[in-house]
Amino acid sequence: MHCGMCLPTCPTYDATLRERHSPRGRISLMRAIAEDELPLDQAFADEMDYCLGCLACQSACPAGVDYAELFETSRAEIESAGIQKGVVRGFWRWLTLEQLFMKPRLLRFVGKGLRFYQVSGVESLLRWIGLVKLLPKNFRRLEPQAPRMSVRFSNELIEEVESPVGEKKHRVAMLTGCVQDLAYAEINRDTVDVLVANGCEVHTPPVQPCCGSIHAHNGEEEMARENARRLLDLLPPDSFDAIISNAGGCGSHLRHFAKLLPNDERAKEWDAKVRDVHEFLTEVKVRPPTEAPFEREVKVTYHDSCHLAHGQKVVLQPRAVIDLIPGLMRVDLAESDWCCGSAGVYSLTQPEQSGLLLERKAGHIRTSQAEILLTANPGCHLQIQNAMPELRILHPVSLLAKAYRNEC
Amino acid sequence: MKEPGQIAEEFHEIVGAGNVLTEPADLIPYGFDGTAALRARPSVVVLPGSTAEVAACVRLAAENDIPVTTRGSGTGLSGGSVPPPGGLVLCLVRMNRVIEVDARNLTLRAECGAITAKVDEAAREHGLFYPPDPGSMKISTIGGNVAENSGGLRGLKYGVTRDYVMGMEVVLPDGKIARLGNGCVKDVAGYSMKDLFVGSEGSLGIITEVLLKVLPVPEARRTLLAAFPNLEDAAETVSAIIAAKIIPCTLEFLDQMTIRCVEDFAGIGLPTDCAALLLMETDGHPAAVADEAEKMAQIAGEHGAVEVTTAKDEEESLRLASARRSAFSALARVRPTTILEDVTVPRTHLAEMVSFIAELAEKHQLTVGTFGHMGDGNLHPTFLTDERDKEEMERVHLALDAIVEKTLELGGTITGEHGIGMAKKAWLRQQLGEASYDLMKLVKTALDPKGQLNPGKIFD
Ligand SMILES: Cc1cc2nc3c(=O)[nH]c(=O)nc-3n(C[C@H](O)[C@H](O)[C@H](O)COP(=O)(O)OP(=O)(O)OC[C@H]3O[C@@H](n4cnc5c(N)ncnc54)[C@H](O)[C@@H]3O)c2cc1C
Ligand code: SF4
Repeated sequence: MHCGMCLPTCPTYDATLRERHSPRGRISLMRAIAEDELPLDQAFADEMDYCLGCLACQSACPAGVDYAELFETSRAEIESAGIQKGVVRGFWRWLTLEQLFMKPRLLRFVGKGLRFYQVSGVESLLRWIGLVKLLPKNFRRLEPQAPRMSVRFSNELIEEVESPVGEKKHRVAMLTGCVQDLAYAEINRDTVDVLVANGCEVHTPPVQPCCGSIHAHNGEEEMARENARRLLDLLPPDSFDAIISNAGGCGSHLRHFAKLLPNDERAKEWDAKVRDVHEFLTEVKVRPPTEAPFEREVKVTYHDSCHLAHGQKVVLQPRAVIDLIPGLMRVDLAESDWCCGSAGVYSLTQPEQSGLLLERKAGHIRTSQAEILLTANPGCHLQIQNAMPELRILHPVSLLAKAYRNEC
Repeated sequence: MKEPGQIAEEFHEIVGAGNVLTEPADLIPYGFDGTAALRARPSVVVLPGSTAEVAACVRLAAENDIPVTTRGSGTGLSGGSVPPPGGLVLCLVRMNRVIEVDARNLTLRAECGAITAKVDEAAREHGLFYPPDPGSMKISTIGGNVAENSGGLRGLKYGVTRDYVMGMEVVLPDGKIARLGNGCVKDVAGYSMKDLFVGSEGSLGIITEVLLKVLPVPEARRTLLAAFPNLEDAAETVSAIIAAKIIPCTLEFLDQMTIRCVEDFAGIGLPTDCAALLLMETDGHPAAVADEAEKMAQIAGEHGAVEVTTAKDEEESLRLASARRSAFSALARVRPTTILEDVTVPRTHLAEMVSFIAELAEKHQLTVGTFGHMGDGNLHPTFLTDERDKEEMERVHLALDAIVEKTLELGGTITGEHGIGMAKKAWLRQQLGEASYDLMKLVKTALDPKGQLNPGKIFD
């Protein structure tokens, strides 16, 4: 089927008006490769690099084409064909995919280093001397985007098991995520608070493997599988009523372990139990807070993370959660489910296109005149914060937690 | 003959280097439109940015005897924008501006590549609207709509694209630029040349700009959904509504297979256990709308509807219409290949045609989902099949032939809105008869003697 209904939702088609840069075009290239009409070459690799993987096409496609799977399979094929060479690319992939995001302790260690660098004033000093300019080009690009490290990581903020005061209604596992943990550990704390306030016994292992989404997204299927196995071992799904994720990007990958590990019985049960936190909260009829988070009414708006809206089809629930909180006026954000350009490492690999999308997003946020932007994915959070340092950005659950806290 | 590389250079000079595509990975995605199983790779794709550039491209192509296939967004359903192998595709999506909305004269001027939905949005900013709303309106171009004379969900009351084209600018096969029609409501200065180009499928000229009629947005509208236990009852309801002298804007039909696929995609709570659904809509003066809605509900009830519900607000109406628009693509959930028909019969024969299709599917052991613009007598029986299965494809072709025979026997047409393109060529002569077919061909040879524009479409 090549009806073209996905074209108007594709940010790269919108920017270029070239069929090749559209989902329909990319799928036709995949098909041509499968039928030996086109070699698996650099042109295709470039095309798949240019794709954000935002999955907006998947929401638009009436035929139910699983673009996420096609996308990840293509990137895996490209990796295994070894087309994309280059020492610098190799180094970055090795560092991020094979080291940092495979070794959670190492990642936190690096995080601590960055925290020291940022907090100690070394950062401002270096910037001031202009030393940063001496760093290799790619690193320079990365540097201002390096997230502000959390003052404390999740394991320093959250007990391994936290129980509700009253009746225990649900037993849930809480995934802390990698970027979320490093940059926004307090969101994890807020999530646990909200879950506990809604009758959950929350299990949060202090050291958690990466979910593997970044590996799957970048064509490293074996590493993605390894991470999935480690998570199943750490949090056997039959011990929990639900497995909670609060980061859009992770959740969308977390639901597809059965595809990665077709022979692992636990994977199916895992997939069935993974819940985005807003989705879980609406399912268990979250208790509306009686207090407002702020003293005066505050105008807020909500930006959909691609992988939450398109990858997981969680669109109404975050809005429903926000609307339960007193003292907020939620206004609509134009093109709220249009990608902000963060898209994993896209902002590093395709800075130009990423920048255009970010500008577009920032424009809409300004027009909305909201004082607070709510969003539920650390990638979007970081990206938008970089462009709009003055803007207050929060996770919806953090506002809910704040409202609950004001009750006492 | 010049080398292809040299010709590409000359196109660069006209449209700028970035707008000429010659690499395989750039060309392959222009080798098909929305039609299943029709594919060919062009040798070059050119994306002009203005009428003057289009004209220069057409001249250059003519000098070098390269056939030109015009393309909008490639959503066509008869292979109209599929190039001959090695041909040139002139893709017009860069020319996508809505130039002007003239609220006093109720007209709108747009470049050919403007997206249909954007045209409508531009009109709505002035309290006006552009009625033809094909299922593909979010991405189809207005040029493609004019070239196919597209219909939509509102055809019954508002007509089709042709009814809204007041004028246009066209580039002729020799590269001359002609302006046809004008902004006057009445105009009998000579032949209505613009009408020749409406529905011409890119075979007579390249439409670069259009002047459209737009209408004031009706004050009220109401959307109803009626569920039926069988197909014939739904068809009878349509005939009865029209016989009762009600002209609703929409009478759309979905059979059970289609309802299930659409519900699978849209998840809006359609009743998946009924055999057929009618989506009915009336718009206009609030009093008239209320009256008509009530009468339609009553007629549906008298003709066997088990349930009639009314959309509670504008949002729900839009959701229903947009779900209906996804019907064709949604059917692709069932099998890999979807081959859709576009037959249209006089409305009194609808029930007969609907039962005929159901029996045919049964006889040939085929899966078919039928939906369509029932108020227009226009049905889209869609065969859900697999092009790799040769034996099944043979049965599909037998069924398609039978549908055409039956349609012609009932005084219908083989295509209501998707055009002949490549897909329906084989049956055109049979429908038109010799004299009429020859006349049509005469027009083509008179305007395009060298067969420069869109060869292999409509005629062999
Ligand atoms: C999901 C879906 C739903 C659809 N629903 C409907 C429907 O409800 N009603 C309906 O009528 N059709 C429908 N269609 C068919 C199709 O969308 C229309 O025919 C549409 O008008 C094609 O527009 P396009 O821009 O995609 O044109 P293309 O497919 O690119 O081209 C169509 C034809 O027009 C010619 N052409 C394009 N632009 C120009 C131009 N500027 N000058 C001269 N010739 C030109 C091409 O050469 C070709 O022959 C549907 C298609 C899909 C995929
Ligand atoms: S991916 Fe889906 S929406 Fe896009 S062309 Fe294919 S069937 Fe249509």
